[in-house]
Amino acid sequence: MASERTVKLKVKRQDGPGLAHYWHEFTVPWHPRMNVISALMAIQKSPVTSDGQKVTPVVWECSCLEEVCGSCTMVIGGRARQSCSALVDQIAPDGKTIVLEPMTKFPVVRDLVVDRSRMFEDLKRVKAWVDLDGFHELGPGPRQSQENQETAYPLSRCMTCGCCLEACPQVNAASDFIGPAALNQVRLFNLHPSGAMHAGDRLDAVMGEGGVEGCGKAQNCVEACPKEIPLVDSIASVGRATTKRMLLGWLLK
Amino acid sequence: MASSKSLTRSGSGKVRRVVVVGGGLAGLMTVIKLCEAGVPVALFSLVPVKRSHSVCAQGGINASVNTKGEGDSPQVHLEETVYGGDFLANQPPVKGMCDAAPSIVYMLDRMGVPFNRTPEGLLDFRRFGGTLFHRTAFAGATTGQQLLYALDEQVRRWETVDVEDERGERVPGEKMVKKLEWWDFLGFVVDDEGVCRGIVAQDTKTMAIESFAGDAVCLATGGCGIVFGRSTNSVINTGTAASAAYQQGACYANGEFIQVHPTAIPGADKLRLISESVRGEGGRVWVPRDLKERRAGREVPESQREYFLEDKYPGYGNLVPRDIASRELFKKCFHEKRGVFNAASGTNENEVYLDVTHIPRETLHKKLAGVLEIYEKFVGEDPYVNPMRVFPAVHYTMGGLWVDFDRAANGSLVIGSPRNQATSIPGLYACGEVEYQYHGANRLGANSLLSCLWGGLVTGPAIATYRQNVGKSAFDMPSSLFDKAQRREQKKYDAVLAMNGSENPYALHEELGQTMLVDCTIERHNPTLDRVLAKIEEIDERSKRVGVTDTATGKMNQGAQFVRHLQNMIVLARVIALGAKNRDESRGAHFKPEFTQRDDANFLRTTLAFHAGATNGSPNGVRYAREFDYALAGKAVHVTDAVDISLVKPRPRKYETAGAASAAAQPGSEPPRDAPGPAKTGATA
Repeated sequence: MASERTVKLKVKRQDGPGLAHYWHEFTVPWHPRMNVISALMAIQKSPVTSDGQKVTPVVWECSCLEEVCGSCTMVIGGRARQSCSALVDQIAPDGKTIVLEPMTKFPVVRDLVVDRSRMFEDLKRVKAWVDLDGFHELGPGPRQSQENQETAYPLSRCMTCGCCLEACPQVNAASDFIGPAALNQVRLFNLHPSGAMHAGDRLDAVMGEGGVEGCGKAQNCVEACPKEIPLVDSIASVGRATTKRMLLGWLLK
Repeated sequence: MASSKSLTRSGSGKVRRVVVVGGGLAGLMTVIKLCEAGVPVALFSLVPVKRSHSVCAQGGINASVNTKGEGDSPQVHLEETVYGGDFLANQPPVKGMCDAAPSIVYMLDRMGVPFNRTPEGLLDFRRFGGTLFHRTAFAGATTGQQLLYALDEQVRRWETVDVEDERGERVPGEKMVKKLEWWDFLGFVVDDEGVCRGIVAQDTKTMAIESFAGDAVCLATGGCGIVFGRSTNSVINTGTAASAAYQQGACYANGEFIQVHPTAIPGADKLRLISESVRGEGGRVWVPRDLKERRAGREVPESQREYFLEDKYPGYGNLVPRDIASRELFKKCFHEKRGVFNAASGTNENEVYLDVTHIPRETLHKKLAGVLEIYEKFVGEDPYVNPMRVFPAVHYTMGGLWVDFDRAANGSLVIGSPRNQATSIPGLYACGEVEYQYHGANRLGANSLLSCLWGGLVTGPAIATYRQNVGKSAFDMPSSLFDKAQRREQKKYDAVLAMNGSENPYALHEELGQTMLVDCTIERHNPTLDRVLAKIEEIDERSKRVGVTDTATGKMNQGAQFVRHLQNMIVLARVIALGAKNRDESRGAHFKPEFTQRDDANFLRTTLAFHAGATNGSPNGVRYAREFDYALAGKAVHVTDAVDISLVKPRPRKYETAGAASAAAQPGSEPPRDAPGPAKTGATA
């Protein structure tokens, strides 16, 4: 009975950077609470396609398997999300084929693995850190209200997964828009009492080419974010702050 | 001698770096302290550092700040940590850690970690296992993630800082931190005198193998939960680096001590943790009194529920340490067959209820949203309304690479001493979960993030001192030394690529994991352990007939990489199982029904394991030592397996009694207000 049930997967494959892609279909046994990761793990143990061809197991990136590290992000049924929290019974309750593809906004390393280095480089550009004087004893940090913590904490749950960049129409090969994730970090650090002391540097970093102006207000990012980070609010907040800074800059000239 | 030469640049102009392997909390903290001491670093990480396993820690970090005026202090923290660890931890390092904890949390606060706050704007603290005090600072229920991000940000800042030589001159194009992500550690470069001079690693995007010089090497590569197949660990936690270090001669200590966390969600790919903070905020563990109870958990009336932890341990209730809670859950499900009925499967599963439905939704949302979200996403039930169903899972590696410490006159550590966190291989340091030092036989909740950070804070200065006195720099050694090590690892990798046997490595790993999980965790029986050891030998033998699932060269090859990790996991499995076999007592997480008592006369000692190598005819044998010497700056340091119990005298653990875990909680000081049972904080066994 239940053990007879199977799960069908169609996987977009690519042997290495810059190479042509091709598709493989797999059929693996179903089990309760199954997610896309366990389907891919089943392929590792028996790497045979639905039409009986022995192939190399699908290559994908994963680590925590509880949707907090961001590694296992891929395009599942046309939508970028984490494959650990993609439960088979929810995404294919009727047994339809689950289609897996790598994200399109980053270079493919192999199969479903992409290189998201640009997101980490962007964090350098916006100086997403508090400038500490040192790592020795300097007493407690600044007092903060519960309200401030409740605003900052959701913003700081960004796991650099790339879903927002994948969903954003303004992030593409022809544009250098930095994307929602890094802009959200500008807001986060400019909210912190010590971080705010260098707010101007971060705003300057997103005022020019490829900065906050690049947002086309499609609002796809906030829909795509698995952690429900208010990205549209963050972009708007950074946008207002940069406008203010620009105007002040002119007035002071 | 070395004084005339630049400590920053070699004769050929290369920046003299220290190598840190591992980009979790411990590795990042070490990097930061090295940079602060002016030491340039090459940081290697298997995954982009923001994806390290530290990200999974949920509940918080301990620091006796005593914000709630309960009479908490670092001394009480020390005593409770040592007591929780069943007295197997050397006490001076624990004292150092507990004394520093408040300043560590303050430093994190300065970095911008969004810790939860009190109405006055101070850091908020909650309760955790093994204590009656509110000692755990937290950022929602994703504290590890928030801490890791804060350190990642600081390291990124160092990635933008130029290296300067002694004269303050910038070295063009060189930054203080050179980050090499997606690199897998293979082994060390060791010179003729046995000194570690660097590492060999593999770029997992291209599978290119390279050697790197380092004036010292620090391993901060985490635990080895994946040896047990499924656990609460990230899939990267195979212990491959620790195993490689052990096989190259490093001593591995207390391998048999593996923590099983009482509350996780069973799953086919992973056992997902439900944080102890859930009980810290008032969550209750129960099973229906009636074995035949068929109603959903929320419909079972209060009178029909058995709160078995609260009943048996009135002193600490649901917050008994993890080893005790896990054994009680195991007993309830396996021995008494009292696991709760599951309507979907139609049987009583090996699960108990973890219930937060009595706590106001607003409180849950502010303090536990992150973890309750995991339950909701992966189980598909609302934990705000339905009691969660949980079961124990392998969670933390107390054992690990043996490391030294330098005891100060006040009982703490001599900061800056090159002995601190030094392994038995000169020039090799270790910190974080990969080493054995802070948690004895059982780790208390919310002490792991602390030990990672403290480990890094100690290791940085220790390496900086070591480097000052290293004499000859790795960067002045002949390239043949590095070429040789590189060839050695290349040969091993080529051999893996050529494996074309019939065994599937992933299926073999599942078998290994199943054996270890079923027979080498909560209850350990000697006859069963014999079977486990025989099974490990069988798997080891079969692993030689593995067929690599991917033969690609010049590009990412996870199949070949996994074979290497599997080989290394088999070696660690043997250390764990044999250590368990040899220890005929029960202590902390190590429990033998044939020997239910702790036996201090025979076993209050550290298990010191060395890889026997091929020399004695048993290529994978383990040699256990009672003492050994290791070299530090050319001088021999003598080490024995005796545990330093100079600060807290061993006594039996009695969590039935409130306050039993610490004698130092001052009589007359205000007892914790919401502690269960009579709060006699002065009482001891």
